[in-house]
Amino acid sequence: MTLLDLSGLTLRTTDGTTLVDDLSLTLAPGERLGLIGESGSGKSLTALAVLGLLPEGITATGSVELAGTQIVGAREEQLTRVRGRDAAVVFQEPLTALDPLMRAGRQLAEPLRRRHGLRGPALKRAVLDALERVRLAEPDRIARSFPHEISGGQRQRVALAMALACEPKLLIADEPTTALDVSVQAEMLDLIDTLVRERDMAVVFVSHDLAVVARIADRAVVMRQGRAVEEGTVLGLVRSPAHAYTRALVGSARRLESALNLGDPR
Amino acid sequence: MTERATGRTTGRPAEPTTGRATEPTTERTTGRRRPVRSYTLLAGCVLAGLIVLLALVSLVWSPYAADDTSGGRLAGPGSGHLLGTDKLGRDLFTQVMTGARIAVEAGLGSVLIAAVLGILLGLLTAFAQGWLDDTLSAFLDILIAFPTLLLAMLIVAAHSATLGSAVLAIGLAQSAVVARLTRILVKRVLTQDYITAARTSGTSWPRTVAQHVLPNIWPTLVVNLALQFGLAVLAEAGLSYLGLGVPPPNASWGGMLQEAQATFTTAPAGALAPGILLVMLVVGVNLIADGLRDTLDPTTRRRRT
Repeated sequence: MTLLDLSGLTLRTTDGTTLVDDLSLTLAPGERLGLIGESGSGKSLTALAVLGLLPEGITATGSVELAGTQIVGAREEQLTRVRGRDAAVVFQEPLTALDPLMRAGRQLAEPLRRRHGLRGPALKRAVLDALERVRLAEPDRIARSFPHEISGGQRQRVALAMALACEPKLLIADEPTTALDVSVQAEMLDLIDTLVRERDMAVVFVSHDLAVVARIADRAVVMRQGRAVEEGTVLGLVRSPAHAYTRALVGSARRLESALNLGDPR
Repeated sequence: MTERATGRTTGRPAEPTTGRATEPTTERTTGRRRPVRSYTLLAGCVLAGLIVLLALVSLVWSPYAADDTSGGRLAGPGSGHLLGTDKLGRDLFTQVMTGARIAVEAGLGSVLIAAVLGILLGLLTAFAQGWLDDTLSAFLDILIAFPTLLLAMLIVAAHSATLGSAVLAIGLAQSAVVARLTRILVKRVLTQDYITAARTSGTSWPRTVAQHVLPNIWPTLVVNLALQFGLAVLAEAGLSYLGLGVPPPNASWGGMLQEAQATFTTAPAGALAPGILLVMLVVGVNLIADGLRDTLDPTTRRRRT
């Protein structure tokens, strides 16, 4: 059984530029897949295409099947039903991913209300629970705050809580740690790892950073200029990269790591 | 946007790195609940409020009847008439009060038409794609380029010179401006991640618009509508000056200015009174617009408190 099945997915702009070319991949329930590539490689667009949320002027051909629903060419009402229930997204920039004029608690309440039909005090309780589950201290204060009043890490936790509130089968994380400080980054990765494990959720983790992907994903697809150039287990990719680009990725990751060993006595 | 950028660099409590360390309550959190004080807003409210008060009082009381010509012609201030009389012997203060009512009615009516029509049209054009978007945008551009006065003359010619025709003409002309602004604002908001985020969690379009799009464009829109109110008052005065607004014996400030023009050297009160009140109302409303801009957006509130 597969949860997500992409076959021959091609994304083009109206002027004919191909952004993602003939991409095929599958994901089993509970599986964790990394999507690695440099900026412009089409990895984020692929993530959006899974939910039928392509920006204006980009069209998809091929097939995207999410939990049995064909996404390419689906009607808006169908997509609205699938979004949140079958897959939810955490975005890269936590400041812009939250409505600046709405208190965090109210934003989080919206998916909870829709998904679970909660009202009044029960809804309020659920909001605080959801904030506590993403390890936010002082959930009361966070719920009452506007996004600009809390830190980047706290914002990203709220965004994660919103994505998890729908209890999706698949969590799409689009560079969720890139905009965060390195110390917060590690915590965030651990948090995603724990929460996803508890819920037996599948993950598509989009990143340009091999080291970050390695912490979350079992398997990875390396993308370059809209094409999947290599696919395999993360361990396999790191040990024996076949494609030149993957070798370059692994090489630069190692160079960064070895920079930390400079002071070591040899 | 600059407010947000500065907001990001201000001191922020460190992320609790382990467990549930309680953060100290910051000034930011407490400052947020302090009421917003804007002297611009206050000054605007006082100026415009005086005129609105005058307009409201005119509904129930005025020193003389509108057609009472018992006073001497062109009497100076005092002599039983606070501001004197016009060339027909009518009380100027009574006329100025009626004029205030008409100015406020013209402003409110035009802005109401402009807001309802403009926001609907703006939303429509923002969501329209392809030829529909092009057609609607071209239509709006033509409407904006079309002189308000000419539009008013056409409507007055088709109907009659009444306050209603003037308000309709001004409202229609302004709705194009509001529609174009709404379109730009909506388009910008729609590209924001939080809209995509709301959509990914399965929020329908109508709900997204009501919950995220309208509240986010509202501050800018309200400020613009306040400015449009001032422009509408000026436009109505202009139309009345040309005889295209309220018909006599109802006194409009524009009409009064026109009538007093010939006798300005001998009896300046007839032109000064409506002129000064007109400036008071327009300046007041513009100050309100400025004040609102500073207070409506919660991301800029912190700077002020």
